[in-house]
Amino acid sequence: MDKSLKWRIILIVVVITITCFYLAPSIFKLPSWWESTFPSEKVSLGLDLQGGMHLLLEVETEKALSNTIDRIVSDFKNIFLKERIPFKQIERVGSDTLLVEILNPAYKEKFSKILEERFPNLEKLTFDEKEGIVTYTLGLTPRNKEYLERFAVDKGLETIRNRVDEFGVSEPTIQKQSENRILIQLPGIKDPKRAIDIIGRTALLEFKIVNDESDINEALKGEIPTGCEILYSKREDKKTGEITKEPFLLKKRTLLTGEHLTSANVRFDQFNRPYVAISFDSSGARRFETITGENVRKRLAIILDNNVYSAPVIRQKISGGGAIIEGNFTTEEARDLAIVLRAGSLPAPVKILEQRTVGPSLGHDSIREGIKSIIIGGAAVVAFMMIYYLLSGIIANAALCLNMLIILAALAAFRATLTLPGIAGILLTIGMAVDANVLIFERTREELRTGKTPRAAIDSGYAKALITILDANITTLIAALFLFQFGTGPVKGFAVTLTIGLIASLFTAIICTRVIFDYFLTKRRIKKLSI
Amino acid sequence: MELIKPDSKIDFVGKIKWALLFSLILISTSLISLIIGGGPRYGIDFEGGTLVQIKFLTTVSISEVRVSLDNLAIEGLRVQKFGEKEANEYLITMKKTTGELEGLSDDIKEALENRFGTDSLEVRRVEMVGPKVGEDLRKKGMLAVTFSLIGMLIYIWWRFELRFGVGAILCLLHDVSITLGALSLTHKPIDLPIIAALLTVVGYSVNDTIIISDRIRENLKKMTRERLRNIVNKSVNQTLSRTCITAGTTLMVIIALFFLGGGVIHDFAFTLLVGICIGTYSSIFIASPLLIVWERLFPKKRRR
Repeated sequence: MDKSLKWRIILIVVVITITCFYLAPSIFKLPSWWESTFPSEKVSLGLDLQGGMHLLLEVETEKALSNTIDRIVSDFKNIFLKERIPFKQIERVGSDTLLVEILNPAYKEKFSKILEERFPNLEKLTFDEKEGIVTYTLGLTPRNKEYLERFAVDKGLETIRNRVDEFGVSEPTIQKQSENRILIQLPGIKDPKRAIDIIGRTALLEFKIVNDESDINEALKGEIPTGCEILYSKREDKKTGEITKEPFLLKKRTLLTGEHLTSANVRFDQFNRPYVAISFDSSGARRFETITGENVRKRLAIILDNNVYSAPVIRQKISGGGAIIEGNFTTEEARDLAIVLRAGSLPAPVKILEQRTVGPSLGHDSIREGIKSIIIGGAAVVAFMMIYYLLSGIIANAALCLNMLIILAALAAFRATLTLPGIAGILLTIGMAVDANVLIFERTREELRTGKTPRAAIDSGYAKALITILDANITTLIAALFLFQFGTGPVKGFAVTLTIGLIASLFTAIICTRVIFDYFLTKRRIKKLSI
Repeated sequence: MELIKPDSKIDFVGKIKWALLFSLILISTSLISLIIGGGPRYGIDFEGGTLVQIKFLTTVSISEVRVSLDNLAIEGLRVQKFGEKEANEYLITMKKTTGELEGLSDDIKEALENRFGTDSLEVRRVEMVGPKVGEDLRKKGMLAVTFSLIGMLIYIWWRFELRFGVGAILCLLHDVSITLGALSLTHKPIDLPIIAALLTVVGYSVNDTIIISDRIRENLKKMTRERLRNIVNKSVNQTLSRTCITAGTTLMVIIALFFLGGGVIHDFAFTLLVGICIGTYSSIFIASPLLIVWERLFPKKRRR
């Protein structure tokens, strides 16, 4: 008996020491030698407590496919013109197939050869020959499709990570969730709208030539010349908030994209208006030089996500690979634009599936109110236990305190986050942790009434209550485990604290309190139980 | 100190008719409320939708808020007061969601700022759950509930006889349906945290029932000559003190959470409050006396 008591005391001391080590970083500011030798994880607060934004994005991978097909369509047109293959039409059908109609069956072989040599990522889906017109439907091979979809998500993830890094958020979480979803958590963000704008913008920068030969008014009526499109420039009056839209008739062909950007920086003109200066890499610079050289006196439209920012007239050939984007920006807007341009464009647009933002003040209030209810609720329980069970109640209270400490230490050790429902879970554990002791004490009282000695009463009290305590806790544990498995966000936090609390309460109520009783009963040989 | 005298001899089994009547009234009220309301009202977590919590720095009445949002012409827009009375805080919810980057919350903020001035309000919380995610969450919530129920059933079955399990499960259905009814009566939407609260109630209710069943099982072994009715009564009385004290301490903390925990956690605490009261009542008055009913329906030979 004596020996087992000694071992149990050692076990408890070990548990308390480990608990303290894990708790210390969250409570004190520790010297660096300590942090490098001992665990330095802190209890981290969930977004609902510290404020921040939770964002679930879906990458529209279909769009990545249709972009690829569009590119292939224009490649085909160029090749057909060069090789002098007569065609009726070449166009995209749906998001991932394209239709090619050749006017002369004699070119069938040549086409097949081109397809084989230069487009290994395409496969023939259907083939038809009627009245001298050969019709093919082509699609991306399943392997290529899968690759493109995965690339769209992975590249998107990387781009978003770069943007967030540049934006400057401490401890962001950015991870892929299922096939085409990206989960982003930004603690402590103050301006969610701006963050969404930076993260979610596709930021596809394109340069196109303005078609000034045709009449824009005719085009607006619906008679758009072939190979052209209408895009708008939207400008917001900063004072009135009024948005004016100006249409531009553009030649559809994209001459240059932001792919070749090497840098983007905010500059100010002589009137102190901000603009974004961009520069291209060598191949981009060469292309820019050719484009400007071939289109002198025409207007070059600078387009970001299908919105025309500006369309200056090209006065002369521009070499050196630099350009500027103007657009009636505020300094902040210009800076954000520079960030997204530097980080690169998303390969496919994203859609917001879920957004949860908690302002810092609400998070602050939640913590304060949570702690207040823990203190008051906890104090009520502690006081009750002391009044009802006297000295034994104090022992139970000590076990309760240890329980709280173990929960917090375990949160730090497992790097779990403390959420508002998590605080509720802790509180609930207070209520339930005393249950184990209540069961034991009630049983012990019953045994005492039958005339047993304190020693015997405690022994059989613990023995008989043990099975009941296990049964009761395991059923709650089952519920908590499934909540953890299927729960998300805050609910998971609730399940975590509840689970840790239940396990810790088994230890504190059954082992710790027993040791204290055993110590007093064997060493001090007390004759009467204060229960 | 003793709240309940150790020799209490309350005839719980004898009161089963009254208890069943009382429960029947509660359950039918719940069901009627749920039927009238067209089933439980799901929050945006499960239905998809947008929620914006706004705090005004000046006093603004609820009708003023409603009027200023009228222009947006959003379908199914609801404005509710939130938190304490003088907090000037409102919860604006709508079914509509948008995957666009320019969120609905921005429109709402703009509309309110146009009416009340730019620095007159603070957006404290925005939640937007798209229909796809709502469906996912609903599925996960269902799975969590189903699996925990099955898990507990298997455990009880393994540890106890079937008749105890049936009592515990009936009790559990009783508690959950009444708690759902209370949520429906008070127009509280069911969200993820509410599901967590309901599962906690389930765990607690089963827990309570098990403790009494444990004692009945123990007494059955000791008092083989006694009638079942007396054994059940004795067991419930013996554990009565524990049942009340644990319910008491648990309720103490939940009441603290209910009154002091703040608006965000309020509905969660409410669910626990109702559920644990009902759970305690049912494990004393319903679960164990049900054993007697079971015994009458399926009498066992070795016992008279």
